[in-house]
This record gives sequence, structure tokens and C-alpha cells, in this order.
Amino acid sequence: MNDFAHLLDRLAYEPRRNAKLRLLQDFFRHTPDPDRGYALAAMTGSLSFREAKPGLIRGLVEERVDPVLFRMSHNYVGDLAEATALIWPKPDGTTPGPGHNNPPVPTLSEVVEALGTIGKGELPARLAAWLDALDETGRWALLKLITGELRVGVSARLAKTAVASLGGHEADAVEEVWHGLAAPYRELFAWVEGRAGPPESINPAPFRPPMLSHPIEEEADLDKLDADAFSAEWKWDGIRVQLAGGRDRDGKQVQKIYSRTGEDITGAFPDLAEAITFAGALDGELLILREARVQSFNVLQQRLNRKAVTPKLLQDFPAHVRAYDLLAEGGDDLRPLPFGERRARLETFVAGLDHARIDLSPLVPFADWHALAAARADPASVGAGPDADAIEGVMLKRLTSPYQPGRPKGPWWKWKREPYLVDAVMMYAQRGHGKRSSFYSDYTFGVWREAPDGAEELVPVGKAYHGFTDEELGKLDRYVRNHTTKRFGPVREVEYGVAKGLVLEIAFEGVQRSTRHKSGVAMRFPRVSRIRWDKPTAEADRIDVLERILARGEKEVHPGREIAE
Amino acid sequence: MAPRPTDLLTLTREGLYCPPGDFHIDPVRPVPRALITHGHADHARAGHGAVLATPETLRIMAVRYGEEFCRTRQEARLGEAIRMGGVTVRFHPAGHVLGSAQVAIEQGGCRIVNSGDYKRARDPTCLGFEVVPCDVFITEATFGLPVFRHPVARDEVRKLLDSVRLFPERTHIVGAYALGKAQRVMALLREEGFSDPIYLHGAMEKLTDLYRREGIPLGETIKVVAAERPKLGGRIVICPPSAIQDLWSRKFPDPVTSFASGWMQVRARARQKGVELPLIVSDHSDWDDLCRTIRDTGAAEVWVTHGQEDALVHWCGTQGIKAKPLHMLGYGDEGEAEPEPQEPAGTSTAGPPAAESAA
Repeated sequence: MNDFAHLLDRLAYEPRRNAKLRLLQDFFRHTPDPDRGYALAAMTGSLSFREAKPGLIRGLVEERVDPVLFRMSHNYVGDLAEATALIWPKPDGTTPGPGHNNPPVPTLSEVVEALGTIGKGELPARLAAWLDALDETGRWALLKLITGELRVGVSARLAKTAVASLGGHEADAVEEVWHGLAAPYRELFAWVEGRAGPPESINPAPFRPPMLSHPIEEEADLDKLDADAFSAEWKWDGIRVQLAGGRDRDGKQVQKIYSRTGEDITGAFPDLAEAITFAGALDGELLILREARVQSFNVLQQRLNRKAVTPKLLQDFPAHVRAYDLLAEGGDDLRPLPFGERRARLETFVAGLDHARIDLSPLVPFADWHALAAARADPASVGAGPDADAIEGVMLKRLTSPYQPGRPKGPWWKWKREPYLVDAVMMYAQRGHGKRSSFYSDYTFGVWREAPDGAEELVPVGKAYHGFTDEELGKLDRYVRNHTTKRFGPVREVEYGVAKGLVLEIAFEGVQRSTRHKSGVAMRFPRVSRIRWDKPTAEADRIDVLERILARGEKEVHPGREIAE
Repeated sequence: MAPRPTDLLTLTREGLYCPPGDFHIDPVRPVPRALITHGHADHARAGHGAVLATPETLRIMAVRYGEEFCRTRQEARLGEAIRMGGVTVRFHPAGHVLGSAQVAIEQGGCRIVNSGDYKRARDPTCLGFEVVPCDVFITEATFGLPVFRHPVARDEVRKLLDSVRLFPERTHIVGAYALGKAQRVMALLREEGFSDPIYLHGAMEKLTDLYRREGIPLGETIKVVAAERPKLGGRIVICPPSAIQDLWSRKFPDPVTSFASGWMQVRARARQKGVELPLIVSDHSDWDDLCRTIRDTGAAEVWVTHGQEDALVHWCGTQGIKAKPLHMLGYGDEGEAEPEPQEPAGTSTAGPPAAESAA
């Protein structure tokens, strides 16, 4: 447990991905089974056990420490697990050091296995004994683990990447077998260490790592590509999912919906899961359809943000999948086939399903790149009809391309619609992380609106931290340092106003309502597209620009309007 | 009849004042006569008339403020009784930094000890704390919460050396206060057998030279030359805390930012400062040592000068010891105590405006 805790502690402070990977590899290499497997499960969110409530932990501490002092300490530290870990007194009658009757330090496996089996009544005493045995970092990690708050800046993907690398594999190789496995993953480690073959997947509806595309940055990129070798389809503004179905050993139908990263999200979409009556795997976009019309991402988000899946939610936000690839059919893995062939099988497959929740993403016919550019600029003109607002560009897929997990360069391209642009004024700047920790690299920007007193004021509408080159970052950083008016810890306020300040041209993909922003709006994927050293701040945009975009995205909302707020 | 403690020491605008002796202790404004416990800038200020302090503290003040830092000065030898008007004062080691001392004031059978800042943990760069039995003990409470239990400093320095071994291509930049902490870290590194040169930010140099002149071995140190920074991969560089995230630190190869401070015990605090390798090395007493020291002095009454007063006052109450907070202003906690040459102090610590939390 202490080793795992110290790993988590290091990871929590380490901003660099490669350094995190090194720490993880080192841990997986040197930690024996089954502890490393449970660690992997903890980091990939694959553990489930009875969680301890904050009240229970507080009760344990207050049996040992003056409650007044504990409350002061908790207020100061701010985090219950950390305050408890720090304040937990050494058990009575034991002195640190070997040879005495110190309680034995529990291993991670003991903790996980015990949590899975012990009754509610036994938990407090067991927890107290563990806390007595662990050091401060160990106590902190244990408390984070059992309160379900283990967030240490490591994605499931990074943990799998580290495991895969032990055997020189890519993370996708682990993803491929992942859903058939369970903690403590002995077969997985045996395989990556070359002691056994790949684990047999017994999962009838496994996740298959998706194939991703590269962006077309500018039209000049297309000159290198032969239009005849590609097929085009719309790029939908939804979430990428995989529908997998099959029969288990008892002949029962298994229905799974996976996110792009392999997360099992079946529970959130029971309406869609019902449609998985087939054996195979479909790759497609999850969208909300109302009266056969695709709704904007704003509408989809209203369903995604809900914790409880209520009948009303299902009725107001019906989930659909627009399929664009067929990865498996029956027992056959279709991924080695060229895209053209898979597409033909997909069309037949979807037609055969004849289910209202699943339809086919249509191809976009085009003669040459100019024609496709026109379609991209105005999807409605080439048959997208009223769905045009939910389209965020076009996808190009090479007809001969097999389905390769990851992001291979060349076979698939995404060509997004032009982003929205707004001229905003820099208001605050914050230091970045990791390599950028000495640079003011995160900028909060605002646009003009009318203040209650009738004057013009700037109101913050978003934050951007990329889109500029290293050289531009250097200049922006210098600008911030030379124009600071106030400091708030790591944040600086810079000069802004009608006659002073810096205009940033911000590119973004859309606007959503936000209760967290003073302005009431939030942008999707804002980034700095140009630094307008030349532009007077008085000529920056007004909030109306964003509100118009918002209104356009919301106009489809009708049936759900009252639950939207 | 023994005098009341409040007759011996009262609180004035300038700080603690002793009417029968007509002197202040660690005054925050210029006064005619000052007793100085140690050389940190919030306790030792320039511009007083007469200054009484340990020889080391006087020399530290001379290095920081120039020889003209006061009109007249007098050396206090440890343990020696010095008559000041109607009272007797004695200086006793406090274990905080080189030259740091507690001040004991006595009159007619009543003894008050003002500890200044102090620690009980081992420090190879200064004399250890001496328990002085007293009636009233005046203590700081910088780390006056039971969450502060400082680990052994040696183990923290080993963490730094382990990281240097794991990332031998990266520069390890350690933020540490220029007086005391920096030299303690250097001395601890030497005790662990680290024999490479230690690189110093310019702001560390004068005081480090002074420590050396005082006979404290710190091994080879080299001042960082701006142009040489890209070549210092694998080296340990010590700088003022403000410099670890400043422009100055950028030119080192892929630096690991570290900070040696008692505050590093709280994760949020370390992360807020952008620290990747927190080293819990404190020159103040942790909670257990504050409590132990109060008990050791046998004091019936405790005054708490600054820091987390409430918790310590509450604890004294549970032990049957009379205690009151003095709520003294002008003494920084360890984080803000030292004037930092790169960035002026006094910046707001309030959070950013509400709109900032978005996105």
C-alpha cells in the first residue's frame, strides 16, 4: 500500500506526461502481482467496493483527536482525506521501528479484497487499523481510495500505455483485450512480460480501439491527395461511440456501448442499448434525434450532464446512433477489410437491422476537392437538409484503408468547418503548468457589453491556453508582465479598457449557456487564432455576437426547453 | 512581591515593549533600544538606535543592511546576565537559524521568555534550542496546527538526491530562504555525501559566505552565471523561493522545481506554488514540538505571537495552561517572512475573480 501511495503522491505533483509514464513503468515493473494489478484497477476506475462516507472518517478521527483541533485543521487543509492523514496520531503504546508490535502494513491487495467482502459494521475498525499501520502518504492514498476520490492526474489510457510498454506494445493492444479482463490482471501482466500468450477474450461484446483521423489544416493539404481515392461523409457534432453485441455462453444477448476511450457507458443510454439486438460492432456517432432531426451538441449535452437517467430524460432526449463503420459482424472481424468493402457491408447490415435508433451516416458525393469544399461550407446544399447545423465538417476516408486502431497518418482525414471567430480583450493571465510554469500562458478574455449603469464594460467569456507558437508565447508573457495591474496568487490582472489592452482573436467551435460564467455563455474549444497587436480594444466584439450563435444552436430545443435550465 | 508579567512586557504599536528596561524586542518600526532575536528581515530591521543581539545576528544585520544599520550595537553572549534598567536579560539559543536566540527577562522572581522563532529539530548550521524554565513563555505558532508534524529533514534531502538520480539530465532548482534554510539544505546535502558543487542564485551569495566565515562547512558553491544555465543539467541549484517560477529559472534544462519549506506538508499549498518536488524542511517547530516545548518550560502562562494562534491557545486550555493570542502583525509566516528581491511582497493572496473559475 505504501508503494502505491508514494507512486500516487509523485504522480500528483508531476505535470509532464513522459515523466508520469516513467514513474508508472517503474512501478509496474517492480511491484509484484497482485498488487500492481489492483493498482492498475484503481487507476483505471475498475474497482468497485463499499465506499466510506466522510462522516465515518470524521468520527474515527474525533475519537482520537480533539474535535476542535481537528475542525480547525480540516478548515486549514481543506481536504478531509489529507487533513485526516496528517493528523492521525501514532497508535498508543507502539514506537516506530522494527521488532515491536507495530500493526503490519497492509498491502493494496489486502485492502481491496477486504473492502469487497467486509460488512458495513466491520469497516470502521478495519479502517482504523490500516490507518494506524500506514505512513502519512499511505493514509492519504487509502482515504482517497475508499472515499472514491482517487484523482491523481493519470488517465486510464496512460496507465494502460505504461503496462503495454513493458512488453513493447501500444496501448491499443491492451485496450483490445481489456474488457475481457478483471483485476488483478495477472494474465495481462504475464502476456506483456512475455511469460504467456495474449489473454483470451471471453467477452462476447468487447471494445475495439477506434481509428482516428488527422486534421486537414488548410486546403493546400488536399493538393497532395487524390480525390478519387477517398470517400467523404459528414462529420457529426455528437460523441463517438461503439455499439457492441453478442451472445454469452448461456446464449444471453450482451449489449454494450463504449465511449471513444473504451469507457463502458451502456448504463447511461438504456434506450440505445435496447437497439443492440445484433452480434457485431458498429462505429458511429451518438446524437439526439427529435422527429428525425439531429439536434445540436447543446441539446446532446443536456442529456450527457445528467446523473440520473429518468423516463422523462429518455423521452425528451432520445439517443440515436448514426453508423459509419462496421468492425465485426457475427464472429467475423471486418477490420482488415478495405473501407470500401466495409462500407458496403455496413449499408446492408444497417438496412437489415431496421431499427429506428440506428441509421446510416450518408456518403457525401463529390467530383473534386472544390465540390467537397462547397459541400463543407454549406452542407444543406448537398442533401444534409435540416441536419446541417449538427454537422461540423467532413470526413475523408481512403477507400482502401483497413481499420487501424490509433491515429495512423494518411488513411483518414477530418476537415472541419471554419471555426467561429471573435475579437476579445485579454483581462487576466495565469501561469501554466509543467514546462510552461514560468510563463503566463492561460488567458482569460472578455468582450464588451452594457453595464447596469449604461456604460460599456468588458465581461469575461472564456479562457484560452493554446493556439500560439512558442515565440508568440514569449511575447504574450512579456506583455503580461509589463502590463500587470493586480496579482491574485498565480493570476495577474492586466490593463484593459476602452483605450488600453490587448485584443486576441479567438477561434471556437460553438457557444453554450453557462451558469459559471458571469456572462452566462461559455465557448467550446476556444483558442487564440491571432494576436491583434494592432487592434484598438474599443473595436473588440460585443457579447451580442456570442448570443446570436447561442440562439442559433438552441433554436431546436423546443420540447426540452424547461428542463434545459 | 513578584511583578505581574504584563508589567514586564506590554504590546505597543512597535511590538513587545519592556517598560522597566525601556527596550523593545524585534520591533517592526525604528525604536531607541531594540533586542533582536534573529536576523530574518521581519524581526531584524534597520534604523534602531541601540541594538542588543548575539554577535552572529549583529553580523547578519551588517551584511544585509550595511554597517550603519543602527547607531550603537552591543553583543549579547549566550547565558550572560545583562542589566537593562530594572530588569535582567539573558540570551539563550533558539535553534532557528545561525545566531538565533530566545530572550529571557527577569525581575523580582518573575521570568518571561520570548522565544522568537525556534525549532527543536537538529540543524547542523546553528546551536540547538535550550529549554529555559519560566513563568510566562512567549511562543510563535507558525505551524500551530496538529496537521504539521515535520518529517526528519535528512529524509527530505534524500528525496532530492533520489530525484537527481532518477532524472540526471534535469536541473533541480530548490527554492529556500536566503538566511538559514538555504545553508541548512546545503549542510544536509553534504552530510548525505553529496560532494558536487552546489549552484547558487546571486541573492544567496552574501549570506552563504557569511555562514562560511562563521565556520560552517558548506562545501563548494558556485554562483550561477546567466549564460551557463543551459549547461547545468543534473546540478542542484538553490535560489530564493520567488525565483523558482520566474524568468530566471527558464533557461535551465527541463528543471525540476523543488521548495524546501514546512508549508510543503500541505499538498494544495505545494501545488499552488507549482512545486513538483516538495521538501518538508522547516526552521520552525511543528505542532508536537510547540506542545512539548510549552510543557518543558513549565510556564503557567503562554502568549502566542503570530501564526495559527487559535489552535495552540485552545490546546493550552485543555492542558490547564493560561494562554492568550497577541495577534501581532508584521511577522510573516515562513512563506512570506523573507523580503524577496525578485518580486515585491504584499501581493494579494485572495483568489481570482469569480469569472476566472470558469472554462
